[in-house]
Amino acid sequence: MSAYIVRRAIYAVFILIGVNLITFALFFKVNTPDDMARLQLGVKYVTPGAIAKWKAERGYDKPLLYNQAATGRHKFTDTIYFEKSLEMFRFNFGRADDGRDIAYEISTRMWPSLALALPVFLVGMLLQITFALMMAFFRATYIDFWGVVLCVLMMSISGLFYIIGGQYLISKLWNLVPISGYATGFDALKFLALPVAVGVIGGIGSGARWYRTIFLEEVGKDYVRTARAKGLSEVVVFFRHVLRNALIPILTGAVVAIPLLFMGSLVAESFFGIPGLGSYTIEAIQAQDFAVVRSMVFIGSVLYILGLLLTDISYTLVDPRVRFE
Amino acid sequence: MPFLPVILWTDALIYLLLAAVALFVWYVRRHEHLRAPWWRVAQSPAAMSALVVLAAFVAVGLLDSVHFRLALPPAAGTQAGRAAPVNVAYAVDVKSVLDLLLSSLANRPERTYSAPLATHAYAKETVAYPAKDGNPARQLRDYPRLKYGGAHLRDPQRDWRADVLLTGFRGVALALPLWLLGSIALVAACTSAQQAVSGEFWRALWRGQTELPWRSILVALALLLLLVVPVALLSARYHVLGTDKVGLDVLYLSLKSVRTALVIGTLTTLVMLPFSVLLGIMAGYLRGVVDDIIQYFYTTLNSIPGVLLIAAGVLVLQVYIETHPDSFPTSAQRADFRLLWLCIILGITSWTGLCRLLRGEALKLRELEYVQAAQAFGVSQWRIMSRHILPNLMHIVLISVVMDFSGLVLAEAVLSYVGVGVDPSMISFGTMINAARLEMGREPMVWWSLASAFVFMLALVLAANLFADAVRDAFDPRVRVGAGKLRFARTQA
Amino acid sequence: MSALLEIKDLKTWLDSSGGTVRAIDGISLEVARGETFAIVGESGCGKSMTALSVLRLLPEAGQIVGGAVLLGGEDLLCLPEAAMRGVRGRRIAMIFQEPATSLNPVLTVGRQIAEVLERHTALRGEPMRKRMLELLQAVGIPDPARRLGEFSFQLSGGMKQRVMIAVALAAGPDLLIADEPTTALDVTIQAQVLDLLSDLQRDSGMAILLITHDLGVVAQMAHKVAVMYAGQIIEVATRAQFFGEPRHPYSRKLFEALPGSERRGGELAVIRGQVPPLTTGFRGCRFAERCDWAWERCHAEVPGLTAGSDGHLVRCHLYDGAQAVKSESEIAARGPAAGDDSDAGRSAPPGAALLSVRELKVHFAIRKGLFKRSVGQVRAVDGMSLDIAAGRTLALVGESGCGKTTAGKAILQLIRPSAGSVQFEGQELTSLRGGALRRRRADFQLIFQDPYASLNPRMRIADILAEGMQALHVADSGAERAARMDRMLAQVGLNAEAKLRYPHEFSGGQRQRVAIARALAVKPKLIVCDEPTSALDVSVQAQILNLLKQLQRDLGLAYLFITHNIAVVEYLAHEVAVMYLGRIVERGSVGAVLRTPKHPYTQALLSAVPTLDQTGERKIIRLSGELPSPANPPPGCHFHPRCPQAMAACRLNYPDAVNVGDSHEVSCLLYTAS
Repeated sequence: MSAYIVRRAIYAVFILIGVNLITFALFFKVNTPDDMARLQLGVKYVTPGAIAKWKAERGYDKPLLYNQAATGRHKFTDTIYFEKSLEMFRFNFGRADDGRDIAYEISTRMWPSLALALPVFLVGMLLQITFALMMAFFRATYIDFWGVVLCVLMMSISGLFYIIGGQYLISKLWNLVPISGYATGFDALKFLALPVAVGVIGGIGSGARWYRTIFLEEVGKDYVRTARAKGLSEVVVFFRHVLRNALIPILTGAVVAIPLLFMGSLVAESFFGIPGLGSYTIEAIQAQDFAVVRSMVFIGSVLYILGLLLTDISYTLVDPRVRFE
Repeated sequence: MPFLPVILWTDALIYLLLAAVALFVWYVRRHEHLRAPWWRVAQSPAAMSALVVLAAFVAVGLLDSVHFRLALPPAAGTQAGRAAPVNVAYAVDVKSVLDLLLSSLANRPERTYSAPLATHAYAKETVAYPAKDGNPARQLRDYPRLKYGGAHLRDPQRDWRADVLLTGFRGVALALPLWLLGSIALVAACTSAQQAVSGEFWRALWRGQTELPWRSILVALALLLLLVVPVALLSARYHVLGTDKVGLDVLYLSLKSVRTALVIGTLTTLVMLPFSVLLGIMAGYLRGVVDDIIQYFYTTLNSIPGVLLIAAGVLVLQVYIETHPDSFPTSAQRADFRLLWLCIILGITSWTGLCRLLRGEALKLRELEYVQAAQAFGVSQWRIMSRHILPNLMHIVLISVVMDFSGLVLAEAVLSYVGVGVDPSMISFGTMINAARLEMGREPMVWWSLASAFVFMLALVLAANLFADAVRDAFDPRVRVGAGKLRFARTQA
Repeated sequence: MSALLEIKDLKTWLDSSGGTVRAIDGISLEVARGETFAIVGESGCGKSMTALSVLRLLPEAGQIVGGAVLLGGEDLLCLPEAAMRGVRGRRIAMIFQEPATSLNPVLTVGRQIAEVLERHTALRGEPMRKRMLELLQAVGIPDPARRLGEFSFQLSGGMKQRVMIAVALAAGPDLLIADEPTTALDVTIQAQVLDLLSDLQRDSGMAILLITHDLGVVAQMAHKVAVMYAGQIIEVATRAQFFGEPRHPYSRKLFEALPGSERRGGELAVIRGQVPPLTTGFRGCRFAERCDWAWERCHAEVPGLTAGSDGHLVRCHLYDGAQAVKSESEIAARGPAAGDDSDAGRSAPPGAALLSVRELKVHFAIRKGLFKRSVGQVRAVDGMSLDIAAGRTLALVGESGCGKTTAGKAILQLIRPSAGSVQFEGQELTSLRGGALRRRRADFQLIFQDPYASLNPRMRIADILAEGMQALHVADSGAERAARMDRMLAQVGLNAEAKLRYPHEFSGGQRQRVAIARALAVKPKLIVCDEPTSALDVSVQAQILNLLKQLQRDLGLAYLFITHNIAVVEYLAHEVAVMYLGRIVERGSVGAVLRTPKHPYTQALLSAVPTLDQTGERKIIRLSGELPSPANPPPGCHFHPRCPQAMAACRLNYPDAVNVGDSHEVSCLLYTAS
């Protein structure tokens, strides 16, 4: 089993290298530093001198992969690929266009992101499973039917409208919490309450409906019939047998998202003015700050790959069939 | 020629899609086992009502996908007596058939915001009143009359309510006979096709016992007509959904957004479909090294966060467009190219799911005995994949295409909000929301743009979801849950 | 004996897309305390629905619409659901066909037994644990203390079914409903489980409602037998009466359709047509359309279940009213002439070998660890030799997991063998590649077990038949191909118009015919038949076996017949090879091997097969334990750990094959030594 995990970890490293190469190609090959400079400086009135200056300021004036001019190992290290792409493996992301250190920004901004994303994830999951369980328990009754209708209705509404609606109703009309902003410590609660609520409600529709199908698939299995034949009540059958089996795919499926919680949510953070990684990313995209976007792509991939690894591990922990293989 | 046809990239792909759908329908009609699940879809009242709504959206989208440039009137200097000039000059802006139909909406811009059905602007301005009845000419801070909205009313305060109601009623009065005519035609067609007695058919229709859910279809059609006809009549004289910041009619914007949403929802999956199907089947059927490579490929792509990959892709495109201005003579072409690119990038981030699904299914199928039988005949691997694996996976492809549609429509709004969606000049739900959001803080609130985008998107996405649900239920053997509840009815002997 | 369970006029309907299916249409029966009551019938006759109706565990589309189910005089159908739960598991317990899916995969064995005890008894803690150990011991599970903490996937199929039985017995039920309890198991394991059920019944005095399609199991287990057909019981009798003299024409036909040595020469009886759909009402006897004895009355009047003087109940007009016929001869006279028993089916004596397999090995590497290094091998086929002559049938017999299917595929080069030689008409197949192999493929074809999985549901029959011909360039022109298709369909007894239809429009037996036609279309000389009838009902199996036999006679085909069904071997094969753990332990002519088996495994296998024979006292040789893993076969003779006659020498070397007379070979030290 441990050999399996180690093998998956090695595989993860290979995936990360692949991601690194793709982002490098995308940001430096398809889209050369000259192009970036032109875009940033304004296409019309740009001079070669300005481009050269822009590139030099950011260290984009070196060769991409191999530095003919340098000596020794600098032939390889004194290149854009080494400095901008490989250095990311050491979490050295360089500086953003406003001169700040990206690694420092990330390390401070990930906590507000987590403060929003983690409650949304946990509460959301709990509610989704609860509703799904209810619909599956009362399957083929009106509760189930209208539950599904409600779910479909809720998942047909764009997340933007949940945010806008929430802000309008709760903050503007009823003045319960501030529209946007953030504070540290306990004060964060009043700023986070609405975004968390909106995030949870926005996810219930699709989540509950998906989990319902998992439960229903499990209800149809033979061992459920065996459990009923033992004389167990429907509630016991449901909670001891169906829920337990259905939770394996549900939980292991959710594990992959856990590391990504650090990345925060782009839209919610920017709407609610929460200084997390999501809003950082949006600002970078809008300001066309390539260094930040590149760093976020890398961080996001690392977290996702970490999630994949956690999924593998969680399978071996949760599912006895895998544990004893 | 009074116009120059323009075929944008997305137009071409839409025509291709239409042709493919037509071919598919023709093919399905000829194969009984393919027809059966569609028949189940057709028997679902929810799906068929949703289809009525979807059809309306698709009609709007298609009208908006026939583009051309109008010829400019001959320049003033040319002499009337000479032969028509060889080189007709065409307008720079690309129009669609929908634009022509809605020209009364599009060409009546106000100065800025106005509420739905309003006769006066939303904000006070300095209005000059001419001298009248002895009052001297003066300037007042007041809500100015709109240039077009309700301009025909003498005294808006007195006449407005009556006029709106009357127009609305006229619309209803027009819609009902239209609907009745449609219903009668339908019954006539059905009874002649089935050689049934029309009285019986009416009764069955009334009780909802027809084979196809005609009752639900007709109800949906009635609701649609009752909405569309009055709005159409009202829109001739009012801005039914108000105007936006630059005075554009919001109803016009909403209708134009439909095409963008449809393009994103359909072309995205279509663009990547060949890849995910081919790679998924190859990975699952051939296994071994091919499988390893394909798995590595999609896991890597999948691990790059979708939004960021899209952001990166769009930034790349922006650079390309800025550096190649010659390739895009009109702004419509530029916006269209960006839309297509967005579809491709969205496709790249979303094809992996289907690919993985198909791989898993192909792994199961390759062990089936009919595949082994083909192997025993020495049938080539490509032939096995195309004749035995692919046809037995098509239902998964179909389900995923219809299920993805609504998600993509919603994604467009978010991406446009983030700034990596469609071109800012392109009308879409995302750009509408984005523009309207900035006005949230105003007192009183400018709500109509948001509300229109909300209602249009909800209608489109809900209809798509309901239809997709029915398709999934009909095609996926696993989700078919027993129709009847565990009943214990017992007749005491 | 008072009746423990009494079912009165039970009716259960199912909602389906095609209308309401009257799955059970008024059945009545009585099960006495301590007796085994068998319900026997073919698939879809409603026997499983009966079991589920008794427990009120119908699927969601099902509904009991009438009747009564009395348990000790109390009507279960009138009980509120809560009270019914007190009956399930406590007074009536049930075991199911598929032990693999019927146990919860994520709960331990102990937990699943404890659940019943907690629900129905006052036992807790240590006493409960003791009871659980007793139960596992009672069902013959070695080392019960360890097994309590294990999960179902860690157990073999037979062990799982034993655990299921332990779960069922936990609360000491009065009635055990066993729905096809051994269908998914191998014969030797089946024998163990059936024994166990009989022993438990003797000790506890519980009644068993045994539901099965296997007349052999009925003959071994049942005290009373009810035959079900199309939702009704058509015959009820004691075991002796039923096996001595089955009365209903359907029951008689079932017996005649059973393959076996006594029918070798002739054809098996077949029941024409199909079971009528249960969505429609019936005006006459449900079997009338298929019955050889039917006359006008059978089509016009529904027969009642009438008792003979001996209490033998039959639902047939032959036995009721004025027209009742009493004597056997009279019934025989009404029916068609019995098939002649001439030995015309016997093929010519064996000639030169068509297929010759020597030391065939198929090994799969087991990869483990960090770099997926090969740490061992599953020896699925481990040195197998056999010969088949043109026009002859060699049966390859063995239990699941012995490697017989892998061997079949390796011979056809669908799996490339790891070692050994496969010669077809003198040409070595293992070294053939690409086009050369493809051209040869026309000579050897394959028929599969599952007729539902062996035809692509998206292709018309014509396309299915044409595929092989196109790939192998048999009948290249369109017209030629069409003509050949018609001929093939006619040869397997299907109409030419079947070409335009899709597989789902055909029944299981018809699909199997299509699969045979597909193989025949490329003019093969050898067909590997991999359990071609094991998914089919007895009456349909008879049709397919007849067809295979006739094709061999007409076309001179050779068959490699892979099966676990000894009766089919007796009927069809010329030679037999018995396989155990990747190797052939005994081979020879059918007569020699099946009459005078030499290898202890063959002896045990044959003795475990339930027979209809009621006369002789059969001695079943019980095998202990189960098939070892082919990844780790025991040293020496693979069979020695389970062999009742094992000697010290058996542990050392794998015995060579010895000829014990007339090309009858055995790999056993018992015969080497002597």
